[in-house]
Amino acid sequence: MTREKVRVQTTINEQPVEFLCEPRQSLLECLREILGLTGAKEGCNDGNCGACAVIMDGRVVNSCLVLGVEAEGRRITTIEGLARGAELHPVQRAFLEQGAVQCGFCTPGLILATKVLLDRHPDPSEPQIRRWLANHLCRCTGYDKIVRAVRQAAAELREVRA
Amino acid sequence: MSGKPYRVIGTRPVRHDGADKVTGRAQFGADVRLPGMAYGYVLRSPYAHARIRRIDTSRAESYPGVLAVVTAADLPSGPDRLVDLVEGTLPLSYARTNVLARDKALYKGHAVAAVAADNPHVAEEAAGLIEVEYEPLPPVLDVLEAMREDAPRVLEDLRMRQLGELTDKAGNIGEHFRHVLGDVEKGFAEAEVIVEREFRTVMVHQGYLEPQSATALWNQDGRVYLWTTTQGAFSAREATAWILDLPVSQVRVTPMEVGGAFGGKIRVYLEPLAALLSRKCGRPVQITMPRRDVFEATGPTPGTYIRVKMGARADGRITAAQVWMAYETGAFPSGQCGFGAICILAPYDIPNVLIDGYDVVVNKPSTAPYRAPGATQAAFAAESVVDELAERLGMDPIEFRLKNAAREGTRRADGLKYQRIGCVEVLEAMRDHPHYGAPLEGPNRGRGVAMGYWFNIGWYSSCVISVNPDGTVNLVEGSVDLSGTRTTIAMQAAEVLGLRPEQVHPIVADTDSIGPTAVTGGSRTTYATGWAAWEAAHDVIRQMKQRAALLWEVDPEAVSFDGGVFRSGDRSMTFAELAERLEETGGPVVGRGAVNPSSAGGSFAGAIVDVEVDPETGKVTVLRFTSVQDAGTAIHPTAVEGQMQGGSAQGIGWALHEEYSWSPEGAMLNSSLLDYREPTALDVPPIETVIVEVPEPQHPFGVRGVGEANIVPPPAAIANAIYRAIGVRLRLLPMKPSAVLEAIWSKEV
Repeated sequence: MTREKVRVQTTINEQPVEFLCEPRQSLLECLREILGLTGAKEGCNDGNCGACAVIMDGRVVNSCLVLGVEAEGRRITTIEGLARGAELHPVQRAFLEQGAVQCGFCTPGLILATKVLLDRHPDPSEPQIRRWLANHLCRCTGYDKIVRAVRQAAAELREVRA
Repeated sequence: MSGKPYRVIGTRPVRHDGADKVTGRAQFGADVRLPGMAYGYVLRSPYAHARIRRIDTSRAESYPGVLAVVTAADLPSGPDRLVDLVEGTLPLSYARTNVLARDKALYKGHAVAAVAADNPHVAEEAAGLIEVEYEPLPPVLDVLEAMREDAPRVLEDLRMRQLGELTDKAGNIGEHFRHVLGDVEKGFAEAEVIVEREFRTVMVHQGYLEPQSATALWNQDGRVYLWTTTQGAFSAREATAWILDLPVSQVRVTPMEVGGAFGGKIRVYLEPLAALLSRKCGRPVQITMPRRDVFEATGPTPGTYIRVKMGARADGRITAAQVWMAYETGAFPSGQCGFGAICILAPYDIPNVLIDGYDVVVNKPSTAPYRAPGATQAAFAAESVVDELAERLGMDPIEFRLKNAAREGTRRADGLKYQRIGCVEVLEAMRDHPHYGAPLEGPNRGRGVAMGYWFNIGWYSSCVISVNPDGTVNLVEGSVDLSGTRTTIAMQAAEVLGLRPEQVHPIVADTDSIGPTAVTGGSRTTYATGWAAWEAAHDVIRQMKQRAALLWEVDPEAVSFDGGVFRSGDRSMTFAELAERLEETGGPVVGRGAVNPSSAGGSFAGAIVDVEVDPETGKVTVLRFTSVQDAGTAIHPTAVEGQMQGGSAQGIGWALHEEYSWSPEGAMLNSSLLDYREPTALDVPPIETVIVEVPEPQHPFGVRGVGEANIVPPPAAIANAIYRAIGVRLRLLPMKPSAVLEAIWSKEV
């Protein structure tokens, strides 16, 4: 297999980023191994757990199913880019206040997925929340407190926008 | 429960590691980055049972980018001895052989060799160049077949332990034990109704999201440094040191954040391999398991065959119970059948009991604990029979259980006599919950209940608290934090010290930095390490009183401490005011706590579940689920609820769709998270919780560990609900659509 590297120019967490990667390397591997952004987690490497989810051009993607070279020209948000300075994003805060975090491994993906959900649907119903998050496995919480956290964040964000 | 004298305990603060967990900053096993770090890959057996004739690593070693290759030849092979590896006392050779196969591969996925290279892809490519000559042997995969005299032998040197004595009987039975209470023959003779049934469960996995990952540096001074995702820094230190034949102090383990474990991250798999590779190449080496390896090569939990016979009088008293249980332990013996035997009848006061248990090895991955290990399978059997007995007697299933409920003074067949327990209180809370009385209308719907028990453990823990001049404290502990125990432990210290939870800064330390602390498991951490924190906090108060006495020129006995204030006569100082004056009164105040409780109070849990069965497809939908559990004293109720909800969801998955599927040759057919079906947010309903608080009599705050008992009732409760829905009893897990359909069809014939 070729080990020749390709240059990729992209935007990550609102900063222009340039890196070299092998064509076979996934975006997840590029984030974690090349760029030091280890907040995206590898749980399965085949798109079935959602722990590696990041936001690419406004959509939630499993970064293990995206090649690093496909990041060219895109806008990517990872969990490291969500808080503003010393202030947590309302979704992050809601996850803590509702006890929606246990081990924390699935948390980055779930928080990013929730952000996109609430960007699109400011007042989602419980079935809507559960369907949206069904791509993300959480083995610790049984999902109940995650659903509550999403509702809390939705209410707070609606208030901010109003 | 009202009237508790606590200010901190029972509140719901945001956890201390919260910000790290929601910003991606928390460092899990595979997040470790060291200068010059190389990556490892493990080559595994494609056969479930095969003799290893020859391993040739030369092509892999000369592959560009490869730094080192190791096989079992690199492991020490000194004389064997028995070692306590948390899950039971076993020959050290078994632990070594599970890390790297020597003469035989014992299951598909058994490690055969490991490679280190500049990057993980090169390591994987090079592993493919290792030539292994196998002689495939017939595998044995079923627990009952494995018990037959003519079955293929998994371990040639295994001899059966029979009723506590090692015998010379070779075969696949690791142990046969028996618990006897009263006289079952007499008990059955007194019974007016007797039900006898057999049950099967298959292997399932803990299913944690984070794959195993270990990073090792064999330093040039001879010390081995490990960074690993483990439930026990000290148990990982011991196991790695023993396997590598090193003094334990030559190994330092830094426990990383753990992305779920549930019992599956006690044993070491990768640590010794990473260490051996590091020794050969002189660089730190990280190995992370692909998901396939997590399924095929870590420890899932046993499949079982269990037969339960129970008899009761017409007035509803159970007179006798007889159990015959066999657990498949995978490639090596384990103690889980014994745990199952402790728990199987634990909720009941039964005068005549006979339990026979068998630990049986098969050519599957070596099993490991999974949340209340052994108890869920056992309760599936016993609680189904209890439900059937209640029905035959025309009694309400909760009233029937209450009539036979275990209480303080009840003796279990394994010998233990209960101290104060909350079995009755849990059953009463279930009976009184609105869910139990709510109407359940519609066809093919039914409601079921079941009880579960986990005995919990005590064991050793260390804690150090040092006072900061600003009136806060730092708390150093040895318990790995799986789900928020930094906070439940800090809260117990804060309660003693009169501080707010956020004024205690907890840190989980490495094995060089804190005293020995047993594994985070057995629901022991909030109990035992919380107790150590209580001791350390009292040690701080004792020393601080001396300092106040010095300043006030009074006897230390004359200084009191209450609500965060030191007092003597009409003089007083807050904790913070005194903390500022430590330097002038003798220097730092460092409190110390070290405990080793030999036992812990067990926790009972119950489940109420409503299901709907689709008779066309066999699909079971869980409509409503209520989990009830005795927490002793709930230190952090949100954390307790989280344990109950998480355990319930795992129990629902175990009940309805999780399983290892096998080829006839012993290959796992569904080793991905697509095909091994863990519950998603759509598969479970909102899980309601009721925390019952019957304080544990020994613990200073009455804590009972709550991590485990909650997973035990769901499969039985769901089976009982399915029966109420469609009149069919399922006695095989998982109760997947095909199994439900087959049961419906066989009933209709």
